[in-house]
Amino acid sequence: MDSAPNIADHYPVIETKGLSVSFGGHLAVSDVSCCFEEGTLTAIVGPNGAGKTTYFNLISGQLKSTSGQVFLNGEEITQYPVARRAQCGIGRAFQLTNLFPELSVQENIRLAVQSMAKTRDSFLTLWSSHKDLIVKADHFLELAGLEQYAKANASTLSHGNQRKLEVAILMALEPRVYMFDEPTAGMSVDEVPIVLDLIKRVKSEGNKTILLVEHKLDVIRSLADRIVVLNNGEVVADGDPTTVMASDIVREAYLGRARQDRVGTAK
Amino acid sequence: MISSLLSEDLPRSRIVAFTLILLLMAMLAAPVAIGGLTIMSVFVKIAIFVVLVGSFDLLLGYTGMISFAHTMYFGIGAYGTGIALKSMGASWEAIAIGFLAGAFLSFVIAVAVGLFSMRTKTIFFAMITLAVANAFAVLVNQFYTITGGHDGLIFQIPRVLKPAFVIIPRDVFGVPINGTTLSYYAILLICGLLFLLMLRIVNSPFGRVLQAIRENELRAEALGFNVLRHRVVVSCIAAVLACVAGALNALWLRFVGPEVTLDLQVMLDVLLIVVIGGMGTLYGAIIGAGVFVFAETYLQGAIAYIAPMIAEVPVVSVVIHPDRWVFWLGILFVVSVYYFPEGIVGRLRNRAAELANIKK
Ligand SMILES: Nc1ncnc2c1ncn2[C@@H]1O[C@H](COP(=O)(O)OP(=O)(O)O)[C@@H](O)[C@H]1O
Ligand SMILES: [Mg+2]
Repeated sequence: MDSAPNIADHYPVIETKGLSVSFGGHLAVSDVSCCFEEGTLTAIVGPNGAGKTTYFNLISGQLKSTSGQVFLNGEEITQYPVARRAQCGIGRAFQLTNLFPELSVQENIRLAVQSMAKTRDSFLTLWSSHKDLIVKADHFLELAGLEQYAKANASTLSHGNQRKLEVAILMALEPRVYMFDEPTAGMSVDEVPIVLDLIKRVKSEGNKTILLVEHKLDVIRSLADRIVVLNNGEVVADGDPTTVMASDIVREAYLGRARQDRVGTAK
Repeated sequence: MISSLLSEDLPRSRIVAFTLILLLMAMLAAPVAIGGLTIMSVFVKIAIFVVLVGSFDLLLGYTGMISFAHTMYFGIGAYGTGIALKSMGASWEAIAIGFLAGAFLSFVIAVAVGLFSMRTKTIFFAMITLAVANAFAVLVNQFYTITGGHDGLIFQIPRVLKPAFVIIPRDVFGVPINGTTLSYYAILLICGLLFLLMLRIVNSPFGRVLQAIRENELRAEALGFNVLRHRVVVSCIAAVLACVAGALNALWLRFVGPEVTLDLQVMLDVLLIVVIGGMGTLYGAIIGAGVFVFAETYLQGAIAYIAPMIAEVPVVSVVIHPDRWVFWLGILFVVSVYYFPEGIVGRLRNRAAELANIKK
């Protein structure tokens, strides 16, 4: 089709081809074709309502696309349900905190670890006998700086700590693809670095594919290898950070002032 | 040792623990210490309700699923056993075949209902289970040549389980130890083991996923858990457990009929017990069943005892009348739900946790 031909046995980790979804005639994501390579961090930016979260939902499967396809390492996964995509290595943290409120913080993380373990469906063994899962959960608990809240219910955490837990759960899945949706939104200034450190840590592993929706320009500058700009569901710019950030169209789209006609002419 | 038997899920409240120990000792001692069919029937009913309500709680309290078909599985177990005993005669093979056929049927229906309805909303699943349970009750009534219709079936059980099978004659303890005593202890043992099994299931990795599904189905899915499969599996487990409870009930009563198994009333009793005891706490099934069965058995008697003393007082004598015991049970229910929405066990556990916090 329209995308560049793949060199033999090289596939992008994630590829979307002509991905679109409409809600009652309104195209929230419109014909988005993008490839995301191993070991890269792509920042996805755009004004509120641009379709960033919706694009994530199409990749991780919470939404079914109206048209277009999603590929993981060259394998089409468009029809896969959410759980299967997660098992294939697509991990997702949510913009709106999405936890198990009446389970403990440790349990929230442990469940993520368990999901990827062979013993995940064991029903006659005690959960506490699976020490390996607990040790691993505690590791991520510490990374997120939440060890003192291990036994507290997730619902009792402050907003900032819930955001950290959200990220810790994603980390605990140890996926191949990490999708962070505004991970630092609403956090206090002193809490932000711990989340950024977690993202940097993933990035430094070198073989992960990271998609990051983020509004803070300094964060994007320090982390992103590439920026994709969405506006009204369409990709309006895509390239390395310096070029993209310098372009007028992006400044306007990013600041939410882009008008449909301007975007249209810029294409 | 005890902790691992209880799957590390201890009562976590002294009052609950104490009540449980008391109840267990009373159950074990009753046939010899008190004797008589009445007290044994009360305890057997509690034990069977523990399995029936506990397995229902696996769905409602642990997974967050509302099923109205639970007593249908209870009925299938009872009818399977009863019909086999009636048609094949009082043999162990009949019990085994009847029960296994019932368990298989329960399993199949649970899978079918689950796959058919669980992709959609909880309420749709609830409606389907209600419809299926209703249809089943109608079928049982229609096939009265096999099921006995409204009247139900009376059947024989193996001699070893009957009162005529004397083990220790009456003159030793003052109460007879016979086949009935044997079935009593056998039922208690089986129910006890099944309770421990359920405790294990909810505290296993699988059980934790059920709670995750209850808490946040979409997130569980996003973590990579197949929610539909977990729901179908837990409905099958619950269905088969209810089926065992039904078979035990049939063996104890030597009778099976719609009122004691399939009737919506039984389903309401189960709901009542799970709510009184505390959803999502298996111990709640024991406490709830205890409270309910004792109330059902003795409330009527207690009111009958008081009634003559106040026969002269207007209004009050109308309200406190033996025929009104269901009304009082209803009041008890409303009051307990209002003051302890988390159930007796939930409430006592929270209280114990608060006390522990204060001490710290
Ligand atoms: N489930 C939905 N139903 C209807 N409209 C939706 C739904 N999800 C998102 N939208 C719409 O799609 C557009 C993109 O939303 P979203 O992806 O959340 O934007 P962003 O994350 O970039 O702020 C918005 O106009 C939003 O109102
Ligand atoms: Mg968003």
